[in-house]
Amino acid sequence: MPEVLKAPLVVEFPFTRSLGPVQSAFLTGLRERVVLGVRTRNGRTLVPPVEYDPVTAEEIRDLVEVAPTGTVTTWAWNHAPRRDQPLDTPFAWALVRLDGADTALLHALDAPGPDAVHTGMRVRVRWAEERTGAITDIACFEPYDSGSYDSEPYDGDPAEPARQAAEFENPITGIVAPARLDYTYSPGRAQSAYINALADHRNVGECCPSCRKVYVPPRGACPTCGVATLEQVEVGPRGTVTTFCIVNLKAKNLDIEVPYVYAHIALDGADLALHGRIGGIPYDQVRMGLRVEPVWTEGARYPDHYRPTGEPDADYDTYRELL
Amino acid sequence: MNREIAVVAFAQTDHRRTSEELSEVEMLMPVLHDVLGRTGLKTADIGFTCSGSSDYLAGRAFSFTLALDGVGAWPPISESHVEMDGAWALYEAWTKLLTGDADTALVYSYGKSSPGPLRDVLTRQLDPYYVAPLWPDSVALAALQAQALIDAGDTDEPALAAVAARSRADAAANSHAQLRGSVPHGEYVVRPLRTGDCPPIGDGAAAVILAAGQRARELCARPAWIRGVDHRIEAHSLGVRDLTDSPSTRLAAERAGAFERPVDTAELHAPFTSQEVVLRKALKLGDGVRVNPSGGALAANPVMAAGLIRIGEAAARIHRGESDRALAHATSGPCLQQNLVAVLEGDPR
Repeated sequence: MPEVLKAPLVVEFPFTRSLGPVQSAFLTGLRERVVLGVRTRNGRTLVPPVEYDPVTAEEIRDLVEVAPTGTVTTWAWNHAPRRDQPLDTPFAWALVRLDGADTALLHALDAPGPDAVHTGMRVRVRWAEERTGAITDIACFEPYDSGSYDSEPYDGDPAEPARQAAEFENPITGIVAPARLDYTYSPGRAQSAYINALADHRNVGECCPSCRKVYVPPRGACPTCGVATLEQVEVGPRGTVTTFCIVNLKAKNLDIEVPYVYAHIALDGADLALHGRIGGIPYDQVRMGLRVEPVWTEGARYPDHYRPTGEPDADYDTYRELL
Repeated sequence: MNREIAVVAFAQTDHRRTSEELSEVEMLMPVLHDVLGRTGLKTADIGFTCSGSSDYLAGRAFSFTLALDGVGAWPPISESHVEMDGAWALYEAWTKLLTGDADTALVYSYGKSSPGPLRDVLTRQLDPYYVAPLWPDSVALAALQAQALIDAGDTDEPALAAVAARSRADAAANSHAQLRGSVPHGEYVVRPLRTGDCPPIGDGAAAVILAAGQRARELCARPAWIRGVDHRIEAHSLGVRDLTDSPSTRLAAERAGAFERPVDTAELHAPFTSQEVVLRKALKLGDGVRVNPSGGALAANPVMAAGLIRIGEAAARIHRGESDRALAHATSGPCLQQNLVAVLEGDPR
């Protein structure tokens, strides 16, 4: 079996999300070092607060402040933090029920080791130095022994009356959540064979054993018959422009002068058109039926573009099924 | 609901750590051919096709459309897709057959977890405002649930290790499984969960065929009749839930008719040992019930297919005459967030 082709593939987005009134108040509150919960009609206080009651689906808007101190309800020791997690040294994940709340908040707990963590232990919020209105404005929780705490310990009951989000200046209305995932792409059997042959300047497609269509590039299956295309067939190198468009937008990081022509090209012997750029001819002279051949640059694994061969144009009937 | 619908065939890949030499459709297609071959049906004979997969696993946009190449979708077929485990695709196909719109359905699902960092990929399904920015990985969230169970006295680390050992010992008889036989329980991944408490990460695919009424009897000597399917979901916020229980599983089981009579077999989709503890409790499974004779998700957990495989394994036992009434369960999301329960029966022997 030939060597499996692989390449890094990074998928990265800055997700921009708008916030509802409760989320906005909560995250703005974190920026101001205040933790808000939301009260349900039956008197429970949910932290982190949500916009609808998880039991009744009722809209809930009654915000109340809770304490920055609380109790661990469950935990898990993470000895090997992963890239984007809150701390880069070993820490505990914890669900923490803040004083005044009836539900628990997930976050990291900075502790010296698993022996220093237990369910029921008291913790307090460690605020991030720079706060923007995000869940990461809580840097993490830390163990809180009231004896060593330098300000008045929170008495836990009752929760402070509502401090509405409107009281904060410049409430945030959205968050930008960056997300990056790193993959290793491998194209599979059929496409690997195609890519390897292409590096030798050969176009090798695959033929369906049932309908005999030749697919270039092959994907391993005939989409019409649903069977594997295992028989390799060399096609081209010349082909026919079946249809085309004129590109007038300059692509970022692409060193090609506009306007240029991008075309569907049916290589001789192929039953599926592939696409490529047409060069060596003014853009406004490219036409359906134009005969073209690939142009290779030194060391490239695929053609840079296609140029006219000088042959007479192909008859429409020879490529009408490939449009 | 007076139409009887059955699982009449099931096929799956061998599940492996990587299938890097195959594209998704190349991995899936042999399973489609296998499952069709068991019934003698061709794509053109199938009334409805439904699949389950997630582009996030391999990082390939619209990968399910390329996977359709393996079905042979021309002339155009009646087709649907869910970005969920294939068990939910089966649910859609089952309802389609119940309406009488189709008599047969092909359901398949696949997952290639090998190209990406699965533990991190799965964080992208979490609450994007309060949770996902912290990147709590799938093992960490399961570990929080496991610790809650230990604190509640529902289990302990040796009991969890026993679940792992039993699952992989049973998987020794399952040639498709990825982790089989004696497997070391290993070190902590996220305490209290050790390597052995976690499912293997791997690639795989599965497919089933559903058929209604007489058609099912023609296609299968002993159809696995679906007596009921239901799925339910917990509140999304982990801190609102009681992680030691699964009310959504219990309710789904009740609605699927699971408690009307005892089952002899249960295929539970419990990727982590601790989750089997929760499910046994929620489903009130007695000691007489054979749990995960296939080895379950601890032996092979191709994400997006592992739930459908539970239904397929339960049905296959009925096909073989090894079960008369079986429960199959599928889960999705962190800490058993969403749960589906199906009840399957064979004709009396």
